[in-house]
Formats: sequence, structure tokens, C-alpha cells
Amino acid sequence: MSTILIIEQVLNGLQFGVMLFLMAAGLTLIFGVMGLINLAHGSLYMIGAFAAAAVAGLTGSFLLALIAAMAAAAMAGVLIETVVIRRLYATDHLDQVLATFALILIFSEGTRWVFGSFPLFLDIPDALSGPVSLPGGIEYPFYRLVLIGVGLVVAIGLGLLINRTRIGIQIRAGENDREMIAALGVDISRLYTLVFALGAALAGLAGALVGAIQSVQVGMGEPVLILAFVVIVIGGIGSIKGAFIGALLVGLTDTLGGIFLPELFKLFTDAATATSAGSALASMAIYILMGAILIWRPTGLFGARA
Amino acid sequence: MIPERMVNGAVLAGLLVVPLWAMVANEPFTITLATRAVIFALAAVGLNIALGLGGLVSLGHAVFFGLGGYAMGILAHHAQTYTPLMEWPFLIEGTKSMPVIWLVAMVTSALAALVIGLLSLRTTGVYFIMITLAFGQMFYYFAISWAKYGGEDGLSIYVRNGFPGLNTLVPIQFYGLCFGILCLVLVLNAALARSPFGLALNASRQMPTRVETVGLDPMRLKLVAFVISGTITGLAGALFADLNRFVSPTMFSWQMSGEIMIFVILGGVARLFGPVVGAVVFVALEHFLGGLSDYWHIYLGLLLLLIVLFARGGIVGLLSGRERTHD
Amino acid sequence: MTDPVLETHHLSKSFGALKATDSVCLDLQPGEIHAVIGPNGAGKSTLIAQICGGLQPDEGRISFQGVDVTALPTRARAKMGLARTFQISALAMEDTVLQNVLLGALGAAGQPWRFFRPVMQDASLRSRAEDALERVGLSDVRTSRTAELSHGQRRQLEVAVALTLQPRAFVMDEPMAGLGVDGSRRLTGFLDELRAEAPILLVEHDMDAVFALADRISVLVYGRVIETGTVAEIRASKAVREAYLGEST
Repeated sequence: MSTILIIEQVLNGLQFGVMLFLMAAGLTLIFGVMGLINLAHGSLYMIGAFAAAAVAGLTGSFLLALIAAMAAAAMAGVLIETVVIRRLYATDHLDQVLATFALILIFSEGTRWVFGSFPLFLDIPDALSGPVSLPGGIEYPFYRLVLIGVGLVVAIGLGLLINRTRIGIQIRAGENDREMIAALGVDISRLYTLVFALGAALAGLAGALVGAIQSVQVGMGEPVLILAFVVIVIGGIGSIKGAFIGALLVGLTDTLGGIFLPELFKLFTDAATATSAGSALASMAIYILMGAILIWRPTGLFGARA
Repeated sequence: MIPERMVNGAVLAGLLVVPLWAMVANEPFTITLATRAVIFALAAVGLNIALGLGGLVSLGHAVFFGLGGYAMGILAHHAQTYTPLMEWPFLIEGTKSMPVIWLVAMVTSALAALVIGLLSLRTTGVYFIMITLAFGQMFYYFAISWAKYGGEDGLSIYVRNGFPGLNTLVPIQFYGLCFGILCLVLVLNAALARSPFGLALNASRQMPTRVETVGLDPMRLKLVAFVISGTITGLAGALFADLNRFVSPTMFSWQMSGEIMIFVILGGVARLFGPVVGAVVFVALEHFLGGLSDYWHIYLGLLLLLIVLFARGGIVGLLSGRERTHD
Repeated sequence: MTDPVLETHHLSKSFGALKATDSVCLDLQPGEIHAVIGPNGAGKSTLIAQICGGLQPDEGRISFQGVDVTALPTRARAKMGLARTFQISALAMEDTVLQNVLLGALGAAGQPWRFFRPVMQDASLRSRAEDALERVGLSDVRTSRTAELSHGQRRQLEVAVALTLQPRAFVMDEPMAGLGVDGSRRLTGFLDELRAEAPILLVEHDMDAVFALADRISVLVYGRVIETGTVAEIRASKAVREAYLGEST
């Protein structure tokens, strides 16, 4: 196994991780501030991807497609927040799980109804396609590097937003003490809608960005959603920092596990068994990681409350 | 408002009359639908013990459903290919006998529930939901990559397994078997809810500190409830696999966990017949709405939303109007 | 003096820089009511949580009936006969009044692992539960849901649940709180007789009740016991007047 392969896989893991972070950031904010489990977050990811594919198909502009993705997802987010989600803040998790599960059904079938069952394709713009040469003679797809860059920029931006701005102070106050923030004269329902829209836009952005390297289809959101949940549970629900570290952990574990576990098993058994056992374990690796972390720290790495 | 007892009676009567009518009218598909509903109901009755009585929001009950399914699939697969399950340290053969399969399904599910429960009960709230979901995903991916037993494609069984004294290939007889099991489990469930264990479990859900101060261990009570719950859902999984004569990783999927939970909530959490009503309504909707529109999930989604937002007690609560109680 | 039923030896507990419990030594003798009083924030609730389990002391130990119970969980102490009532009612609100006391009887009997026979048909559990309700005067509302009870009735139910345990000692956290004058008087009379069954460690704000009931009083200020003595001694204590009574009256 060469160093080049390892570096490539680490980059792949990072790329996967930062995209998961875009999803997880919204989820963890929404949970941290409003106390809501939003299973429909994956639908917002899907909506972003579809909006991007549609707009890119019409205009040919990838930038417009990204803007459309964020706008569409944010609008869908605001719509469900004001019509449905708002009624769920005071209820228990069971109701939230069921209601947002219902939203998944509605969004998935609605999208199938509008766009049909066939996958759409979103092309990587020419300027970003093709490989680039990295030091050490590694050829790596430029677009994936861009994804890593975008993810890091968003992570830094979110960090600044939360820690340095007025709205960030309100969000953090909302996590700690709802009455306090109402007493400060902040319009809490507007803050909630805003946080929800922000989370939705990030999910839509992730959907569009990832949509360009995978196919855009109904049901694409749920596998990512589950991984994003794994991420925020590992990181500690409500913590942006936790989401970021959790996302990178999950991204790297998943990518590297798939490569190295079969190799590792080859040291002990024959190739065929090693490949199947190794890949079986690799596909379970992140869930084992999550289970282990929760058993060690029942509220995640950076979580304060259950 | 109709008393809950009458709602329950009507449901039982319906589950008895409709398949019999279908037999007379020679509509085997209706019987198959009813069997599906009854098996789903059984799985959901299992979940309701953890969820309704114990307050354990498990989004991983597909683990037990799938384990039951694979217990059937693996045993029957070895029986139909005349290969032993294992030869060392002692010989284990496959089997086509339902009672043996059920026993294996239940024991396997119980053991899995014990381990998953022990680990998951360290957490609460959302973390509990998510860790049970994670266990579900582990089993799902494990089943997909377990090539020996079909991997992603699953296992097909040519002939339905047998039960002494019955011809399980006749739809109504297999239905009768499933219905009988459901009734038996409902009787046990009703007894459980009223028993000393039920009382203590119920209090553990509401106020664990109180339970501790009278000298009982709420964690252990919840763990036992989780094991009972998983065992029942595991049995349902074995029956479901036998109904389809097929088992695949989808039985382990998180959508399956979600559906089992929907049955419970749609019908009414913590109500004896809630899961039964939920499963029957779900299967009926799936059939009728699915016939009307390819996009029936939209209507299902809307219905679920309405239930969550406006009918907290589920359908049984809507009909009988009583706040949920356990006696 | 006979051997105390319950005893704490130099119990200490800190939260960060705050010493919530500071080397507290208390004992509860058979047949007595030992009241613990102190201003808000004196660390009374923290002390109770350590005595009954649920909060581990940093230092010191707790012995109950001569056994060191410091490391035992709440339920083990309960099984040994330590009954606690809560300041904020900890009852199963969805359940009926009778179900709540049945839970106590069930815990005392130590038999929750019975899955089939209805608990209501268990004559011995039921008579134990009904007796407890009778004694606190809640028999009339036995079929009501606990959530429907008045505040005072919930306090009575707390005591009833403790009674079902047939304990060797009671630890009561402000049982009079929120009771009216009548309710307080009735409960005072009840506790007065109860001490013959098992001694009571009584944390209470109601000074009339404390002075009427207590055989001994300990005064807790900033986590420390500044004085222990009879009612007369405490009334006469200069330190107590300065630290506590002087401020509140």
C-alpha cells in the first residue's frame, strides 16, 4: 500500500467529512436551539440537489445552481418550520420523530411526482473539473479539493457567526436559557425560523455540491441524514465544534475503514474471506465508533445535556 | 365516543370475519393482506411494551424483526439445501419446523435485546433514539455484506415451513396461526400491564427516582421490558419471513424500524390495541391508496402529520377519547 | 445513649469552590425527631441527597443501622429501610393514588418480577397500600389520578408511600411546605405519633412545626452544622440567633 493511496484516501475522507459537517451543523443547531429532532433534514439536502440540477439544466451556470439550491432548501425549511415544526417544539421526541418522518414521505413522494423516478445529473463545471497535481506527485480531482475548501470556509464562517456576532449570541443564549432570551426582547419565533432556514440552506448546499459527484435522486437524503445524526451524536448534540470533529471522524473512519480493514484482515485469513469480512466490518465501523463513544460518554464528546 | 373495549372488540371481530369472508369468496390476496397486518401488529405490540410502558423510544426494533427473519431464513435455507448449519463442536442441522424456528428467533432476539439494551440504556432521550438506530444500521450493513446468506439479495425459501397439524400453505390456516399468536401475545400484554412488573415499569417511565426510593431498580425494569419487547418483535420477524418465504436486509433497515414505530403511534401509544389498529390501518392504506395513486406516501405522510398534530392518542384515542391509562 | 439508627461522619461535598456540605456529623436516635433547619442555600437538600443516595459525598461516611452505606445506591438504602419523602413531589402523576402506594408496597416486598397476576389482586400488597392511605387520610381519593390531587394531598401521598416501606427511619424533605394551617397541624400530629414507629430526620422550614415536634435540632449554615441541641438550647443559642434566627425573624 503506497503513501499516495493513503493520502488520497485521507483527502477523500476529509471531503466526505466536511460535506457531512454541512448537514450536521444544521441538525445540531436546530436541536441545540429548539430541542427538535428533524428527520426531514435529509429532504432539504435532496431539495437542494434537485433545485441545483434543475437550475443548472436551464441556465448552465453552476454558481446559479448553488444559489438556487440554498434558496430552495431555505424556503422549504421556512415553510415546514412555520407550518409544522413550530407546533412540535413543546412536544416530546416521539412526536417529533413521527412528524418529521411524515415530512420525509411527503417530500420524497412529492419530488418523485415532480421530477420522476429517474436520477438527474449535475455536471461539475469545466473550471473545476479534472485532476490537479499535489506535491509528492499525487493527482487528485480538483472538484473534491474545492469541496474540502468550501466545507472549511463554511465551518470557519459558522464558528465566527456563533462566537462573534449578535445573532450568534442570541443562538447561544437560546441553547442555554429560553426565558432569558425572551426577556432580552429577542423575537424568539423569528430566531427559530432563522436558525431553521440557515440549517436548511447548509443542507441544500451540501446536496448540490455532492449531487455533482453522485446522481441526484429521490431517497439520496436519508443515508446522509443518518450519518449526520451519527456525527452530531458523537460530537455531542448542540455543539458546532462537536459536529465538526464528529464529521471528520466519521468521514475518515468510513473512508479509511473501507480500504484498510480488508487489508488488515488479509494478514490473518485468505483474501476472499478478508475482503468480505473486512468490508462487512468497514460498513459497520462508524456505528461501532458511535456506540463505543456513547458507552464511554453518554452525551457525546462535547455534549452537555441529554 | 366509543369505549375502548368496544373499539378493541370491533378490531378483533374484523380480523376474524374479513379473512373468513375472503376464504369463502375465494380471495386469497385479502387473506395475505390480513396476515401481513396481523404480523406487523405483532411486531408493533412488541415495540409498544418498550415504548408505551417503558418509555423507551427505540428506533432500532428492525434489529429484532430482522433477526427473527434471518433465524427463519438461515434454518430453512440449510434444511432445503441439506447442509448442516455447523458441524463443529457439535452438529446443528437446519429445520423446516415453525416451532423450532420461532424458538430460535425469540432466543436470538432476546439475547440481542439484552446486549443492545444494556449498552443503550446508559443513554437517555435523543441519544437513546440514535444509539438504537445505530445498532439497526450495524445489523443492516452486516446482513448486506454477509455473502454466505445472500448479502444484499437475501434468501428465498421454496416452501413455507410447517407447523404440526396444520397445512401452512393454505392461506387461511397460516393466517389462523398468526392471528392466534397475536391474540395470545395480547392476552399476555394485558396481563403484563396490570402485573406488579407492569406497575413498576410504568412508574419507572414516569418517575425513576421514585422507583429507586422504594428500593427497586428502574434500569433493570426497563432492560427486562426491552428484552420482552425485542423477543416479541423477533417472533413477528420469523412469521413475516415465512409469509413472504423471503428474507433480506431490508428487514433490518431503519425504514422498517420507522414503520413499526408508525404502527404504534398511528394506533395509539401505550394502548393495548393501539399497535393492532395502527398496523391494520397502515396495511389497508398501503393497499387502497397504493391502488389509487403511485404517490400514496404523500397521503400517508399527510395523515401521519394530522395524527401527530391533532390526535395525540392515535386512532384508538380519537375513537375512544379516553386519556391513555393502563388498566 | 443507644446506638443511632442513622449517622453521618464528617460528610463533605463541594461543587467547585462552593462547600455545600462541610464536615457534617449528625445522628438520628431511635424514637426521636431530629430536625435540620437552616436558611435557604444552607445545603439541606444536598445533605439529604447524600444521606439517601443519589449524590456521592467527597469525604466522610454514612452509616445506617450500623452498616456503612456510603457506597450503596439509593435502592439498596431503601431496601434496608430508609424511606424518603421529596420536597417536590416525585410521584407517578399518570397513575392513580392507589397505584403509587402499591409501588411502595411492591418495593418493600421486593417482588417486581411477577408478570401475570394483576397487582390489584394481590391481597397482601393491597392491604399494605390501603393501610398507608388510610393512615394519611387519602382513602377517599384512592382511585383518583395523582395529577388531579391538590398540593397538600400530594404531600400526604408522599408520606403514605414512605409508610408502605415500613421503614426503620424516615428522611423527610419539607413535608409541610405549601400545606395550609390545618394541613400543617394535622401532619404535625401525625408525625408526632410516627416517631414511635421509626425516627424521623426532618428538614423543615415551618418553625412552629419544628419547635413543636423536634427532640433535637441541628442548625445548618453554609454547609456546616453550627449547633445541635434541644429546642430550648437552640432557642437560647447566641450563635444560632446571629447566624440564622436573627436574620429571618
